[in-house]
Amino acid sequence: MSTVLLALAGALSGAVGPGISVLYATYGEMITEKAGRINLGIEGSMLMGACFGFAATVETGNVLAGVLAGALAGMGLSLVHAYLVVFRNTSQLATGLAVTLFGAGVTAYAGRGYVGSSIVGLDPIGLPLLEQMPLLGKALFRQDLLAYAAYALGPLLWAFLRYTRWGLSLRAVGESTSVAFAAGRNPARWQVGAIAAGGLLAGLGGAQLSLALTHSWSDGMTAGRGFIAVALVIFGMWSPLRAMIGAFLFGGAIGLQLQLQTIGAPVSPFILDMFPYVITLAVLAVWTGAALRAMPEGLKGVLKGTI
Amino acid sequence: MASLPAIKRLHGLALQMTAPPLARALAGIGAALVIFALFLSATGRDPLTAYAALFSSTLGSRVGLSEVGVFMVPFVLTGLAAAVPARVALINVGGEGQLYLGAWAATGVALYSGLSSPWLMLPAMVAAGFVGGATWAGVALLLRSWRNVNEVISTLLLNFVAVLFVNIFVFGPWKNTGGFGYPYTADFSPAATLPALFGTRLHLGLALALAAALLCYLVLGRTRWGYNMRATGGNVEAARRQGIPVARYLAGAMLVGGGLAGLAGMSEVAGIQHHLRSGISSDFGYLGFLASWLAGHNPLALLATGFLLAVIFVGGDVLQITANLPSAAMYILIGLVLFLVLGLKKDRPQAA
Repeated sequence: MSTVLLALAGALSGAVGPGISVLYATYGEMITEKAGRINLGIEGSMLMGACFGFAATVETGNVLAGVLAGALAGMGLSLVHAYLVVFRNTSQLATGLAVTLFGAGVTAYAGRGYVGSSIVGLDPIGLPLLEQMPLLGKALFRQDLLAYAAYALGPLLWAFLRYTRWGLSLRAVGESTSVAFAAGRNPARWQVGAIAAGGLLAGLGGAQLSLALTHSWSDGMTAGRGFIAVALVIFGMWSPLRAMIGAFLFGGAIGLQLQLQTIGAPVSPFILDMFPYVITLAVLAVWTGAALRAMPEGLKGVLKGTI
Repeated sequence: MASLPAIKRLHGLALQMTAPPLARALAGIGAALVIFALFLSATGRDPLTAYAALFSSTLGSRVGLSEVGVFMVPFVLTGLAAAVPARVALINVGGEGQLYLGAWAATGVALYSGLSSPWLMLPAMVAAGFVGGATWAGVALLLRSWRNVNEVISTLLLNFVAVLFVNIFVFGPWKNTGGFGYPYTADFSPAATLPALFGTRLHLGLALALAAALLCYLVLGRTRWGYNMRATGGNVEAARRQGIPVARYLAGAMLVGGGLAGLAGMSEVAGIQHHLRSGISSDFGYLGFLASWLAGHNPLALLATGFLLAVIFVGGDVLQITANLPSAAMYILIGLVLFLVLGLKKDRPQAA
């Protein structure tokens, strides 16, 4: 019993770190989907961010240069998706998967020389006072810079989508490209911008993964986090604030898994590794009706009566 | 069972069995080769020598061709796993996971059924592989019909679960005690291995894949079932009004698709590996999905696109040795081919 409690406490404190990279990708995919497009290539964008962020940090010795490089690499890959789906009308799902495959190839190729390199990454910075809060203090307020930025980004993105002119235009395009066009917006431009912003944020998430969480690069290290982000956008009902809950749930699943592994729970480690995927699926299965109603109209052609 | 979401599928897209015209496909491949040649030159390799090696090593020799055939098996079978559900406008991205479950189930039969005659053993393994893959697709189907969970997302996430599921067994109860600690099961008995062809690594699984492609083509294109599937995929409500049992077709297409991917896993363990190990598939399921998409979900065109991807895949292995080109670079070439062939067509606007 006490070991279970210990594991839960550990999972709680470890829930934030692993959730941050997914949170960035979820924000990114949410912007893309608000504009009525879906991008399965953000898995590839995350890999690009992780790989090029890490490589740039090794080469320059400057972790902020790494963060920037990661974000730009993620965005660069997403532009391929943007061009193909917006201007060539290719299938969004197939194109996204091809983009992810391509990103996996590019990063495996470019990252060969950096496997095993060491860096001075993004280290946790404790926020005075807040850090001393009982229970969640350390978990929330002893994190790296990108984590703090992610906390701030949720409410900002929410306000942006809800209250700004740009946010309104973005949502209008996602609801109906023809209505948005009639209202004087250029849907193609907004969708390309939304996909690029999504790739940029996924790249940031990837950079957080390699620069702050693991301090290393390895092939395919995102392990489906981009696809999990696609699921969390639905769980979050296209709201950045709910997405934060989803990302921390995912982080909690990883935290719990690591914790059970450390205390030597008599369970196959592979069963523990399944947690994040199975919990994401379970959460998705529980939240359905409400999420369906919140879906941007423009996505309904792709997801067709499902979420 | 699937009636509720089926009713909601009013926006169902008619996915037509149309392959891209040959000329456009060839132009796309050509353009991809040109761009990849620039990449090779930029990294200090001679593209002409590399391409000569790529094609002569695959198309220019018996062994090379047989290796291409070896990789066509999983590409074609997991491609069909996407093509059959696509007829009813379901999108199965779970070929990878279904392949793993098929391999797992076939291995269970091979190691523990105690059958000694290959005439009993191999059909039992085929059946187990099919059921294993279909079961995994069935999970996504249930999530969809009960909880409206989109099959794209569920099949993608289930792929990761399937790989871990197989690991539980090959690192745990099924691990070969005499295997020097490698995460392999014991080797299959000769009765549980698919016969090799022409003295190469090519095996009977190729005949299975070709037969499956032909059968799918005939059923989808020439029968009442195929017609009903197309009607279901085009407009569920209209199909229902015609009296077509759409729920049965949706479920059947998804399960058959999963089963075919399961056969890919069965062929891999029974034809090539002769045991089950961790990580038996190098993204075969994803590549098969994309091969099917390149083929416009036409089972016969899939033979061509599966062949093309197999040539690149096998050629990549050779270039790794001759041009010191990491195998990852082949994914770059495959990505370029996909982008250019998919992108050269200015489609009518489509949602999926």
